[in-house]
Amino acid sequence: MLNIKGLKVKLEDEDKVILKGLDLDVPAGAVHAIMGPNGSGKSTLSYVLSGRAGYEVTGGSATLDGIDLLDMAPEDRAAAGLFLAFQYPVEIPGVGNMTFLRTAVNSQRKARGEEEMSATEFLKTIRAKAKTLKINADMLKRPVNVGFSGGEKKRNEILQMAMLEPKMCILDETDSGLDVDAMKLVSEGVNALRDEGRSFLVITHYQRLLDHIKPDVVHILANGRIVKTGGPELALEVENNGYADILAEVS
Amino acid sequence: MSGTPQKSNRSLASLNALLSGMELPESGPWAQAARADALTRLNVVGLPARRDEYWLFSRPDTLIQPEPVTAPLFKDADDAAVFSDIDQLQLVFNDGVFDADASDDLALAGVEISRLADVSAGDNHWATGLYGVLETNGQSPVSRPLAILNTAFAPDGILIRVTGKAGRPIGLKYNQVSENSDAMLHHVVQVEAGATLTLLENGGGAARLNTVLEVDVADGAAFNHVRAQGRNHERRAATHIFARLGAESVFKSFTLTANGALTRNECVVDVLGDNAIAHIAGAAVGDGDFHHDDTVFITHDSLNCESRQVFKKVLRNGATGVFQGKILVKPGAQKTDGYQKSQALLLDGDSQFLAKPELEIYADDVACSHGSTSGAIDDGALFYLQSRGVPLGLAQDLMVLAFMADALQEIEDEDIAEDIRSHLEAWLVRRRD
Repeated sequence: MLNIKGLKVKLEDEDKVILKGLDLDVPAGAVHAIMGPNGSGKSTLSYVLSGRAGYEVTGGSATLDGIDLLDMAPEDRAAAGLFLAFQYPVEIPGVGNMTFLRTAVNSQRKARGEEEMSATEFLKTIRAKAKTLKINADMLKRPVNVGFSGGEKKRNEILQMAMLEPKMCILDETDSGLDVDAMKLVSEGVNALRDEGRSFLVITHYQRLLDHIKPDVVHILANGRIVKTGGPELALEVENNGYADILAEVS
Repeated sequence: MSGTPQKSNRSLASLNALLSGMELPESGPWAQAARADALTRLNVVGLPARRDEYWLFSRPDTLIQPEPVTAPLFKDADDAAVFSDIDQLQLVFNDGVFDADASDDLALAGVEISRLADVSAGDNHWATGLYGVLETNGQSPVSRPLAILNTAFAPDGILIRVTGKAGRPIGLKYNQVSENSDAMLHHVVQVEAGATLTLLENGGGAARLNTVLEVDVADGAAFNHVRAQGRNHERRAATHIFARLGAESVFKSFTLTANGALTRNECVVDVLGDNAIAHIAGAAVGDGDFHHDDTVFITHDSLNCESRQVFKKVLRNGATGVFQGKILVKPGAQKTDGYQKSQALLLDGDSQFLAKPELEIYADDVACSHGSTSGAIDDGALFYLQSRGVPLGLAQDLMVLAFMADALQEIEDEDIAEDIRSHLEAWLVRRRD
């Protein structure tokens, strides 16, 4: 599904290299987790894959089902099936949550040459999905993320994911800012979307999230590279011992 | 600045040049005294000049030169006109000349409608107490010579007296039919106690258009005004609204300006009765040769009144936006709640927004403030929209419409607001990169 080879990325405005030849392969239906110390390049990876400005790719490739992601505009990557759940979801005053989601769903459908979703079908679908995520009608009406609590913002991200039905979901520290109950709710939302045709890349600092969203594979990202790959037990090792042992072992 | 007795030779020369060949138009005898008085006043204050502080940000030259700048007719408007779906009594002016055939009958329940140009009107016309009167009141502390010029010389206009709830909106449609037209219209509206009226104005009207609207909103009355200033890129306009508000009255005015080489919209509101509400709003979108100036002066002289100024401008390719907004709270006007918001969205580095918000307050128990900002579209929000699959152009339009939303919220009628919104959206779609 997602195939990254030797990806090298620097900041556009300064001479700072962040990813230094990153290799990653997430097969269809798999859940992979990436853990790593602060500044290792986790968020950069999610932004570069989704097409945020400010980064320059100096080498390597990233493909989604064989299609080159790095040459595409962000909206085309989304239409191709890529989704990033933001660490800090953006507030957009003046744009209603419903309008936003309906525009997004139908823009993607249009880009893929599919029929647009009717207003009635959209309403029916979003109401059902919002209910399972405990998102009330008021949150749907309000401007995107404006006045939402941290937990509401993350639930809204998962609602967008559920509505857009992407193939490849990247979750960038979705657990940050969540209390135990909210984390459970968000995780249930993610787990409900697990499917043999859908892959997940879960970026997190803490093993805790991985108790709820159980990964098939755990990668350790340090200094711009994947330095170790293992099973769920690798996350436990990080939780218990920190990164020092692993980093010492691979250096 | 106001009524300077010592005018320069240059100022006198430009006034003489403009007035040469102009004669006070014929209208009902009731208006002649006001016209003669206006001409006298104009000779005292002279025309606006560049050195005037009130014209610091907008050059008056093309508004006062004898011949208007040529404005080729705007042709490619294939979409429905603004307000075309709104049920209204429509009155049509072509280059400022009333078109009786194209207009509806001047008959509407709850309203008396007549024309300024009607010479048969007798001496005791109700408009005598307002024509040129509210305009004169609005000349202090700042003079507004183009309005004085209008009172003296406007050949026509609509006189509306509202005695009940007007059956439907009155719509004034201004067509431009020749590329050198120079039009002046002067309307007077009296909304009597407890009565309500919605007034619509639509169109560029002429290569150069000068309008004055005097509105008296009596106790408990409501006046809603929504205006769209046409799509001709070359046209120039100077407009004035002078409003006087009684107790418990409501005055709301919204203006959409899309295109136009030069627009100066002045709005002067005197809040005289207690518990009155005055909201003045505008959305202006300009691309290229576009200079748009909102100049507002609200005087609070009564208790417990509310005023709002909400002006939004979206500018690109060198367009310029100006806001001069003042709230004057007179001694004793306690519990005044006044707020002015003027914001510009600059879509590129070539455009500019010049704002001069002013508060002058002589009462100690009031809440008055202003917020003036200029900035670009938030990149973070744009990327967020794109990352959800919304194409860049559409994402930008969503952000621009969101930016203008609170100005549009000032429009009382939802159908009219939606009509304005859809025309703004169409303007944006035509300019998608």
